[in-house]
Amino acid sequence: MPSPVFSWNLLYDFQLMWSYPFMVNAFRAGAIVAVVAGAVGWFMVLRQQTFAGHTLSVVAFPGAALATLAGFSLSLGYFGFCVAAALVLAAMRRGREPGGSEESAATGVVQAFLLACGYLFMALYKGLLEGPQALLFGSFTGITTGQVTTLALAGLAVLLVLAAVGRPLLFASVDPQVAAARGVPVRGLSIAFLVLLGVATAEAAQITGALLVFALMVLPAATAQVLTARPGLSLLLTAVLGFTVTWAGLVAGFYWNYPLGFFVTSFAFGLFLLAHGARFAARAVERHRAASGAGPSSSGPAALAGGAA
Amino acid sequence: MNPVVAKAAESETGSGVALDVTPTSEPVLCLCGAAARVGGRTLWSGVDLEVQAGEFVAVLGPNGVGKSTLVKVLLGIVPAAEGEIRVLGRRPGEAGSRVGYLPQRRSFDPDLRIRGVDVVRMGLDGDRWGVPLPWARNRRAQQRRVDEVIELVGASAYAHRPIGQCSGGEQQRLLIAQALVRRPEVLLLDEPLDSLDLPNQSAVAALIGRICHEENVAVVMVAHDVNPILHHLDRVVYIAEGGAVCGPPSEVVNSETLTRLYRTPVEVLSTQDGRLVVVGQPEAPAVHTNRHAG
Ligand SMILES: Nc1ncnc2c1ncn2[C@@H]1O[C@H](COP(=O)(O)OP(=O)(O)OP(=O)(O)O)[C@@H](O)[C@H]1O
Ligand SMILES: [Mg+2]
Repeated sequence: MPSPVFSWNLLYDFQLMWSYPFMVNAFRAGAIVAVVAGAVGWFMVLRQQTFAGHTLSVVAFPGAALATLAGFSLSLGYFGFCVAAALVLAAMRRGREPGGSEESAATGVVQAFLLACGYLFMALYKGLLEGPQALLFGSFTGITTGQVTTLALAGLAVLLVLAAVGRPLLFASVDPQVAAARGVPVRGLSIAFLVLLGVATAEAAQITGALLVFALMVLPAATAQVLTARPGLSLLLTAVLGFTVTWAGLVAGFYWNYPLGFFVTSFAFGLFLLAHGARFAARAVERHRAASGAGPSSSGPAALAGGAA
Repeated sequence: MNPVVAKAAESETGSGVALDVTPTSEPVLCLCGAAARVGGRTLWSGVDLEVQAGEFVAVLGPNGVGKSTLVKVLLGIVPAAEGEIRVLGRRPGEAGSRVGYLPQRRSFDPDLRIRGVDVVRMGLDGDRWGVPLPWARNRRAQQRRVDEVIELVGASAYAHRPIGQCSGGEQQRLLIAQALVRRPEVLLLDEPLDSLDLPNQSAVAALIGRICHEENVAVVMVAHDVNPILHHLDRVVYIAEGGAVCGPPSEVVNSETLTRLYRTPVEVLSTQDGRLVVVGQPEAPAVHTNRHAG
């Protein structure tokens, strides 16, 4: 790892970073993953399925560990395990309403067992590489061009499916009863979404590590949803925020030799706090204005009664 | 009409229905000998009902009797165990957006960061696949329709707030707007007046009555308190004891029928302006019943 000095001249810095092929791959992979994880994570936050997301991310660890131990492709380990786990979660989700307590317990049991398996695989491998740390907390030094291609193809597939089902999925997430009455296949969409979540988690885990996928899947979406309640804008903002924190994390990780996962997560968390601060300030200003300005407008039942009479 | 609520009386109640409806056209909703079974238990059976366009029908009955199930059967969410059911001449669930639906008691998570307008908008095109194109020609018209229907229910003041932060009554109005936005020919409303205060109850009831009669929409409304809707109603369906009684309000909402239905003394009084006042109905607190009398 080189130890160059950050110059504050971004053009120069990027030229320097991109003179290393592994950094070019890292930036490419980061961009893909940030957008895909952000978009899927936005729906995950809206659907309050963060526990399912967490389970899938934990499953990424034994997947990668097994791939390392058995010597098959790391991408296969991530995608295979996450998608399989998503299907298992979908099968366990028999009830209609998402997020029942029984199911959480069952999910937690599976999650703990798989995490233990991952640790076992690592112990069996007696790896001389970075050990479980890179798999758990992320690394960007070893991303190959082949891996970037896989990420891009899987990411494109996820985005295309999400674009196709996005509107009914939003409807089914916000208002499942009416959506079902309108003929939206609520259960089918719920299964499809879990699979998308599995793929997106597998992608994110390859950048941030299995334990920090939420940095890209929850934080940008949660931040965007704090800032705006418009679905389209919020989704766009999520992608932009995810992209920004990932690239900023990569720059920081290149110049300061600390873990990438730490930087990405800290930046995302910082933005989340800033967003909350901004909203708080905006509300205070609004309240101040309302207090000094005219009284609250009343459009109560009287208006409707008048209209209806 | 004989208000006995037993299976034996069903054929008679069915013919009673046919009498007070002028059969100008094919009925919009049609149940013939319908039965509903949930979890192996028959909730009601032998129910005959025909609803014409522009008719306002209330579904009344005690808790757990299967009123919501009746609505779900009409929507095709719950299959009917027996009988023939037609909605707009098709099987239940096949009429799509021609049926507007408001489920019972929904409240959104307080943290849900989706605006009221977006929820109403979902009623318009939330079931479409693919991405809405920003340059689509009908975009303006759709936006106008959403604004119009929000204005109609009087929800403009809070429609742009996140719906989780709206009060229960405000959410209810937005959901009524959602049910109305596609100009449905049939409205199935499951306790839409729930969580509204009294002035709002009569205002929303008046709104639904007006939409029903002016725009010729068939309305089936499940209600616990008959008072706010009484003078908009064309017909009442009472479900109890495994069957149903249908008829005009004056024939069903009377002391004899209600006492038998609720198996508790219920008195129905008539005010000077011809409205009915239900006194002692189990679900209706005294304050509700005094309103029309006062
Ligand atoms: N999915 C289900 N499985 C088993 N039983 C059910 C199911 N759904 C409803 N029931 C039962 O069917 C009965 C009728 O339910 P329904 O919701 O139609 O009642 P309701 O008349 O609308 O009551 P309320 O006035 O309380 O809304 C209830 O006893 C309920 O417990
Ligand atoms: Mg009900």
